[in-house]
Amino acid sequence: MALKPLFNEMYEQGGGVRPHYDAFADWLHNTAPEKIKQNREAADLLFHRVGITFAVYGEATGTERLIPFDIVPHIIPAAKWDEVSRGLKQRVTALNAFLHDIYHEQKILLAGKVPANKVIENSQFRPEMIDIDVPGGIYAHVAGIDLVKDADGEYYVLEDNLRTPSGVSYLLENRRMMMRLFPELFAAQRIRPVDHYPDLLLETLRNAAPVGVDNPTIVLMTPGNFNSAYFEHAFLAQQMGIELVEGVDLFVQDDTVFMRTTQGPQKVDVIYRRIDDDFIDPEAFRADSMLGVRGLMRAYRAGRVTLANAVGTGVADDKSMYPYVPEMIRFYLDEEPILKNVHTYMLDNKVDLAYVLEHLHELVVKEAQGSGGYGMLVGPTATKDERERYRQRILDAPERFIAQPTLALSVCPTFNDKGVAPRHIDLRPYVLSGKTVNVVPGGLTRVALREGSLVVNSSQGGGVKDTWVVD
Amino acid sequence: MLSRTASTLYWMSRYVERAENTARILDVAYRMSLLTKDPDLQDQEWFAPLNITGTLFPFSGRHAIVNSREVLHFMALDTDNPSSIYNCAKQSRENARAVRGTITSEMWEVLNATWLEMQNMDEDRLYARGISAFFEWVKERSHLFRGVTFGTIRRDEAFQFHRLGTYMERADNTARMLDVKYHVLLPSVKDVGGAVDYYQWSAVLRSVSAFEAYRKVYRDIITPLKVAELLVLRDDVPRSMHFCYQDIYEILKKVQNRYSVEATRQAGEIYASLQFGTIQNIFQDGLHEYLTDFLEASYALGGEIHDAFFAPTLRTDT
Repeated sequence: MALKPLFNEMYEQGGGVRPHYDAFADWLHNTAPEKIKQNREAADLLFHRVGITFAVYGEATGTERLIPFDIVPHIIPAAKWDEVSRGLKQRVTALNAFLHDIYHEQKILLAGKVPANKVIENSQFRPEMIDIDVPGGIYAHVAGIDLVKDADGEYYVLEDNLRTPSGVSYLLENRRMMMRLFPELFAAQRIRPVDHYPDLLLETLRNAAPVGVDNPTIVLMTPGNFNSAYFEHAFLAQQMGIELVEGVDLFVQDDTVFMRTTQGPQKVDVIYRRIDDDFIDPEAFRADSMLGVRGLMRAYRAGRVTLANAVGTGVADDKSMYPYVPEMIRFYLDEEPILKNVHTYMLDNKVDLAYVLEHLHELVVKEAQGSGGYGMLVGPTATKDERERYRQRILDAPERFIAQPTLALSVCPTFNDKGVAPRHIDLRPYVLSGKTVNVVPGGLTRVALREGSLVVNSSQGGGVKDTWVVD
Repeated sequence: MLSRTASTLYWMSRYVERAENTARILDVAYRMSLLTKDPDLQDQEWFAPLNITGTLFPFSGRHAIVNSREVLHFMALDTDNPSSIYNCAKQSRENARAVRGTITSEMWEVLNATWLEMQNMDEDRLYARGISAFFEWVKERSHLFRGVTFGTIRRDEAFQFHRLGTYMERADNTARMLDVKYHVLLPSVKDVGGAVDYYQWSAVLRSVSAFEAYRKVYRDIITPLKVAELLVLRDDVPRSMHFCYQDIYEILKKVQNRYSVEATRQAGEIYASLQFGTIQNIFQDGLHEYLTDFLEASYALGGEIHDAFFAPTLRTDT
């Protein structure tokens, strides 16, 4: 498929070990297979134990599975990471500025840098947010930016997640696991810590409190224990020491949000919500939502409560908006983007459409509003039949699709039944925006466990790895 | 603590307690039915469990006759009867799952294992295992849960609401059982001291594990008056109404908030009548009337607890 050789995170082209992998490679090569097996089994066992406490939340539905964990870390040299980190902060800062702008002056639309109709007619654009001021002008308090590395060894942004990005609990659990399994590797080198994420998140949420609230009451709002990410919600609430609430626990009176406690109603100032816009308030959005709180939008618009992330962020992480992010960075920050975008064909454009239909066998085609790896076509690995069916879907509504070249995602050595083999990975760092913008070193590395597969999503059989930023 | 969490804990415990009480009630009916050879009288015994649990109406809506097999199935295994032992096991486990982060893992494991085993139970297995053995199992699971709870949970608010549920359910059950049994037994009061009467009342005592207590306290033949005194007014019998309300009142004082003043007052009022009442006075006005009033007051208190802790709304303080 790819003519260029894949980028291997651990080994150089000639087979030598990349310097930042020295310590781990030593361990891997000098440790008896028996001992490695032991470590892998220990990881399985420990995760299973943790997994039990995790899985119980979802086990009635039978949908909660353990995500396979691989003990070979994804290691990033500090210098490279620092550059990526700057790029992430730059990107999320611009995205927040964009969100503020489109719900206020719409300068970028007036300047013609982003097509107005693509914003205004987007189903994720929320007219309810127009002229509403959110504290600090922050919309995406928590962002997950998916990065991949192409054969050239360069990082590319694959997509931005500005709604309710998940997975950070795996990042924390993976690190806990690795520190138990490889204490000597952590002692021998400086691996930047990640365990302060819950503290950073709490600080970010505190900073987001409505003006004049000194000691805000913060809650994490979950759709409930049948949601696939429920364990993460419970985990984060517990780590931050805040209440994990469902819609039924909250009510709105006089544009103020209260939670029902055994000590009576308690005013709520900040809601870290892990529930989509559509479901948060049956009065404002989907009337059939059983998960939301009636009147929440009224309280929000009145500035009596902060929602994190803000309502209406979906318009900025939509795949049809993605191609314009570099332009946003130039427009709002007057800087050149540090992180590259993947070249994207917009199928509402006749020239792009014609090209894509000609080259389906070498492109990846995605629904502009899809997520989780569903509904996408990976041209090179799809059958002729699949490509033909997809072609028909595109022709029915070209504006609903985008296409990108198939990237030769970098690979990282990964254990399988027979030994160690290269598998494709991606990386999701988490960016927190408050008074300052923070990124915990590394992020969640996802790995496609099937040989040759490029789909890393956990819902489609992906696994996870710990990510080390090594000084 | 979130109201939903408190409410879920409260109901989790009520369902565990209800399963145990239902097993006790059915066990007594089963034993009593073995005492008579007359099939009609045997079937008579099976009205009591339905009356005590207030399920005669839903039962008769679906069943033409009352007999051991039908009632046992309805109250132990029926998936459509919300208060069957089967559904109590299911509900207690569902509630426990929803507050998994608040209870200890040992508590969760007991209720989860009980439910898993309960799911494998059907009528054939029930009879193959032996009816009494099944009731023993239900009681033992409840004992185990109680022991594990006391042995593992922190003495925090969660623990208080858990116990509140247990005692509210238990007091209610003891009062109902006494009322129904007393009713059934009234016609035979004329042969007080007769063999059937003795067995009836000793069965009532056994159903609440108070037979030995009766012997120790009274060292006397079993009389309805003393049985009632033991189960209503004694403060040292764990399934007596007095005992339950002693704890209910104490718990409500511990978890009080500014909305629970009325709940605490009502609990205190019931507690006082149990603390300072005499069985002679109660019998003078009628035990049935007394128990009816008690059940009404207890029901009203349940509503107050709900309003004060589980569904608080903003009220203008006056």
